[in-house]
Amino acid sequence: MFGGGTLGIIDIIGPTMIGPSSSHTAGAARLGRFARLILGQKPQRVDIVLRGSFAHTGTGHGTDLALIAGCLGLLPDDPGIVKADQLAEENGLVYSITAQDEYRYHPNEADLLIEGKDEKIKIVGTSVGGGRIRIRELAAYKIDLSGDYPTLLASYRDRPGVVAKVTALLAEEKINIAQMNVARERRGGGALLVAEMDSTVSEELARRLAADLDWVRIIPALED
Amino acid sequence: MAQGLEAFLREAQEKNLPFSELMLAKEAEETGLQPEEIKEKLAQRLEVMRQARRDGLTRSLTSRSGLVNGAAFTYARAQKRVLGGPFSEVVATALAVAEENACMGKIVAAPTAGSCGILPAVLLPMAEVHGFTDEDLVKGLLTAGGIGLAIENLATLSGAEGGCQAECGSASAMAAGALVELMGGDLGQIASAVAFALKNVLGLVCDPVEGLVEVPCIKRNVLGAVNALAAAEMALAGLETIISVDEVIKTMGQVGRAMPESLRETSQGGLAATYRKLKQNRTANS
Repeated sequence: MFGGGTLGIIDIIGPTMIGPSSSHTAGAARLGRFARLILGQKPQRVDIVLRGSFAHTGTGHGTDLALIAGCLGLLPDDPGIVKADQLAEENGLVYSITAQDEYRYHPNEADLLIEGKDEKIKIVGTSVGGGRIRIRELAAYKIDLSGDYPTLLASYRDRPGVVAKVTALLAEEKINIAQMNVARERRGGGALLVAEMDSTVSEELARRLAADLDWVRIIPALED
Repeated sequence: MAQGLEAFLREAQEKNLPFSELMLAKEAEETGLQPEEIKEKLAQRLEVMRQARRDGLTRSLTSRSGLVNGAAFTYARAQKRVLGGPFSEVVATALAVAEENACMGKIVAAPTAGSCGILPAVLLPMAEVHGFTDEDLVKGLLTAGGIGLAIENLATLSGAEGGCQAECGSASAMAAGALVELMGGDLGQIASAVAFALKNVLGLVCDPVEGLVEVPCIKRNVLGAVNALAAAEMALAGLETIISVDEVIKTMGQVGRAMPESLRETSQGGLAATYRKLKQNRTANS
């Protein structure tokens, strides 16, 4: 931030978190929380694959607990992380955790197959240091999403004019797009639009967006 | 161009501001938050530090790995003391907060979770000795944060990039500089304290046993805290660093890059490798 870097005082003296590791614990909790927000409903089941360093040192760092806690909606500084297994049981969240050596994007990586009442989504997320995360896959799409901004996710069948329509609607509310990306399976197939924005979308606008698209999620910026 | 500590110190000099005041003004300008809001956030973090110290001293903690086993609790109740008094409070606080972290307690990563015991171990006991108020301590956190920023700008705060010198070393330098300001030292003395603290730990490797923030990390928090006290006291006595503080910080970054990867948080070298070998031998012999 100031001084030419990307951080500020609040980042250096922080975050406040449950130990022991900003990447393996705090980042894991944020990853789980982001998965829950993408699902958009109370999760009933999550199948987690820990990869790379998450697989090797995850248990000692409470990575498993932190991911589950995040899926339950807990923040990285919530003491409930320590008893996330118990909280999962109380909240009807069934989970499985397995480990694999290989990873695809980053040594701190996890696959989360998260499932609610009527939806099921697979996410590949990474924890890249200091509690910062990146979502690298969502369903069949390769994306790169930090959760640091209010985020719009929209899937639709690939066709001309969708991006223009979405950006026009956002412009109506004077919402500035910080980053935007479109991925598709193939021409005319399923497509996913990912936009990180400087401010969030009103409910009214979310409804109008959803009217033309198959699936829409508006996710607030993740808290630290 | 990323700014180092010297540019910040010059600006503070020109504006005739204490270092902490300049940092507060810059943070407010950059984040759009009111200075009072920033101070409030830091005051909350101070409270988390205090609670971690209390918790770590009053309960005997065991980590999930079993490598951590109530060191702070045992130390705090020991009878035999080399120095005792505030010195022992500093050691006890560093152990307590770092153990809380290892055992999934709530801490403030400052600058990292692995080095979270150092700032509380310096600031909290010294507040009791010298009567610093909470408002003073928030200033201490602002100064410490500014020093950390300068280190991040010129070198690194990450053990994976720079070894333990970048984490516990930086925390030690941050604490030393903060303490100098709280003790009424001038800007040049802050620079010297930071330089002394970092110079003393150049080359310190990051070799966590089993890849966990436990052995030797918890006791290295003690090293960082004690080192900060000595660095601050030397600077307050008027000792000056021969090599300028920014050059020392850059050197720390260079030394970090020159370290083999095995000694940068990968647990492939150092004590991590030794422990693994000993464990294998034990298994083979049993």
